[in-house]
Amino acid sequence: MSDSSRFSVGIDLGTTNSVLSYVELGACEGEQAVLEVLEIPQLTSPGVVAERPQLPSFLYQAHEAEVRPEDLELPWSNEDRAIVGELARTLGSKTPIRLIASAKSWLCHSGVDCRAAILPIQAPEEVARVSPLEASKLYLRHLRDSWDARFPESPLSEQELVITVPASFDPAARELTVEAAHAVGLRQAVLLEEPQSALYSWIQRSEGRWREQVKPGDIILVVDVGGGTTDLSLIAVTEEDGNLLLNRVAIGDHILLGGDNMDLALAYALKMKLEAEGKRLEPWQIQALTHGCRDAKEAILADDEVQEVPVVVPSRGSSLIGGSLRTALTRDDVTRTLMDGFFPKVGIDARPAAQSRTGLTTLGLPYAKDARITCHLAAFLARQVSAASELAGFDLPEDARMIRPTALLLNGGVFKAEQLSQRLLDVVGSWLNEESAPPARLLQGADLDLAVARGAAYYGYVRQGQGVRIRGGIAAAYYVGVESAMPAVPGFPPPMQALCIAPFGMEEGTEAALPPHEFGLIVGEPVRFRFFASTVRRDDPVGTRLEDWHQDELDELQEIEVSLQAEQYASGQVVPVCLAAKVTEVGTLQLEAVARDSEQRWKVEFDVRASDGAAGAVPEAERALA
Amino acid sequence: MHLDTSIWPTTLDAGHALLAALVLVLLIFQVLLLTAGIVALLRRGRTAESVGPASTPTTAASIVPEARETPVEAVASPLREAAPDAALQLLSLLQNEARFIDFVQENVTSYSDAEIGAAARIVHEGCRKVIHQHFELEPVRKEAESSRVTLPKGFDAASVRLTGNIVGQAPFSGTLVHRGWRAVQVKLPKLVESHDTRIIAPAEVEL
Repeated sequence: MSDSSRFSVGIDLGTTNSVLSYVELGACEGEQAVLEVLEIPQLTSPGVVAERPQLPSFLYQAHEAEVRPEDLELPWSNEDRAIVGELARTLGSKTPIRLIASAKSWLCHSGVDCRAAILPIQAPEEVARVSPLEASKLYLRHLRDSWDARFPESPLSEQELVITVPASFDPAARELTVEAAHAVGLRQAVLLEEPQSALYSWIQRSEGRWREQVKPGDIILVVDVGGGTTDLSLIAVTEEDGNLLLNRVAIGDHILLGGDNMDLALAYALKMKLEAEGKRLEPWQIQALTHGCRDAKEAILADDEVQEVPVVVPSRGSSLIGGSLRTALTRDDVTRTLMDGFFPKVGIDARPAAQSRTGLTTLGLPYAKDARITCHLAAFLARQVSAASELAGFDLPEDARMIRPTALLLNGGVFKAEQLSQRLLDVVGSWLNEESAPPARLLQGADLDLAVARGAAYYGYVRQGQGVRIRGGIAAAYYVGVESAMPAVPGFPPPMQALCIAPFGMEEGTEAALPPHEFGLIVGEPVRFRFFASTVRRDDPVGTRLEDWHQDELDELQEIEVSLQAEQYASGQVVPVCLAAKVTEVGTLQLEAVARDSEQRWKVEFDVRASDGAAGAVPEAERALA
Repeated sequence: MHLDTSIWPTTLDAGHALLAALVLVLLIFQVLLLTAGIVALLRRGRTAESVGPASTPTTAASIVPEARETPVEAVASPLREAAPDAALQLLSLLQNEARFIDFVQENVTSYSDAEIGAAARIVHEGCRKVIHQHFELEPVRKEAESSRVTLPKGFDAASVRLTGNIVGQAPFSGTLVHRGWRAVQVKLPKLVESHDTRIIAPAEVEL
């Protein structure tokens, strides 16, 4: 932002872990940049502060008798005694009712108000609750304070700053992320999609040699399996004036399915085994089992010779040898649970089981019902079959059933297991074979754990005009629901049309034309619109009205709301307005209601999810009818 | 024998020179004796204080030239007390991550090797994690063990220990039996002022 920035800083605000990476701008040259990862001081047990490269994204709401306040001191002033990071995770593993986890996933959860203090969701009455937004603020604040303690001369608020978000984050979740950054004084932050960030990291690590690994006509499929989410993107490689260009052409759905699910699945497999032997397991033992499974899984998948790795659940009492439970994770368990459970060999026409959409899911996070990542991937590739058709050199035959990736970039700790990455490559290869296309290759040299943060820091450097930049714009077109002018039929809602207000691919810092459709809004009365996004309708210009659409084409997001304030209008007056869209430099979508006659503008709010229980239920009911 | 305490010899005669030499020799002998005593005490337990501060000499190598001018006035002890905080802190880390104290305090005689082995996995994994997180270690000697190494003159006797047939002068040539370990970096967690390190692991009460 400012010219005086000494560093470019990237923050991977993850579902389970946050990482801050940085690069000193003065020390960079061309595509050579030396990236560092900040050691983050955090409480590891009461009264003990240690440095770790990762900040676990957990917040713990301690009871006042639980920890002495002076044991929560940090190297900087921690006045409200918030417990985040490793200590929060440790305490929470023994007292889950006070633990706030996965705040990030809540940000993208339609059906809850992210500014309302709702977490921890299943805590007893007396536990103080915070909002998902507040939790995100606290993680960012901790990262900011860690930075400022390390570089007091160069505060974080004055550095080039990039925060990553899943590509599948909806406009409301992106805006909430920016709002959290603003709230802790990081007003210069810009957003970057995580799969893009992984690709930037790969480019940076290749030190300029990435051009030898890709060529024009390539389609890179980025599969980013984080702790809690799976994020998919397609990037097409084109050429212009002899330079390689990268174009992000498609993003996948928001899939709440990640590495944590895999470890949990293994733990349950072992639990069954133990129970078959007549040993009962308590909840705390499942946790220890999950932990043990993660290490055992990596040992088995890293070495073909290993057939079995013992897993031990330590006792809670001081008798370690006498009280521990012993079992073993076998290669068979891993193959059955992970390879066949999460990465099964499926056909190109496989689709994930439909996500049930009941009002009940608002009680918890809408985790993916179908754990088969390969099915989600098949659906994504088939859905995006024409994602690159607008670019020259990407023509597909008429009967193509999916877009044909030529290269695969994997990200996320689960892919440290070579067998899993190989399986994914094989499955994609088998689909390509069915389509009589050449197999995809694996891009080498990715940093699986820290790529997202590192790529973000590198992107901050790239933004200053150095190195190649991925072109993208918004990866969806946005629509508002308007009622057709039809006589009402009792018992049926009037048919709905979708009016395009933001076309696909709008670049950052641009504004869409005003759609011709006008709404008569009453001053002083908040009005809600149904709001839709489509990641496949690329050609709809602003003002397009869709009479009907295929279920797969449009996803309904939570409603948006605008409230006209009486300034130059009288309360109760009807004002004709248009809805205008622009994409900010930061990377968020902004909607405004523009009065036709006076050009006055009002902001349209995204995050108006259920402000009370009833309001959340209504759109769900409507959806069911539609 | 006639003893007159009022007169002094005017020249240094052979008898007095002999006497002076005798005093010097006795002084050296006494200092050597004391050093040996302290070394023995140190080996038995670190109770150096019992020797008393007044007579503590410096190292054996510097005794002879300085022996004459040892006015030995309450020389500060060259030994320092290791702070217990860091040791307790390490124990606490090992207990938290590796159940180290539980393991060591448990009576292993009644358990089978398989049971002990299962517990040892927890201890091993945890200890490993603690060591990796808080210490950066490297071997003192980079050569492979059981290879021949040559130690030049003036090598650091603290980082390389000679054993076996120690005769002659450096350079010494021998077989590397153990590569040794050196802590390149120590990163122990910071503690709040009032933190009581003597609580290695708190008792746990489930409600």
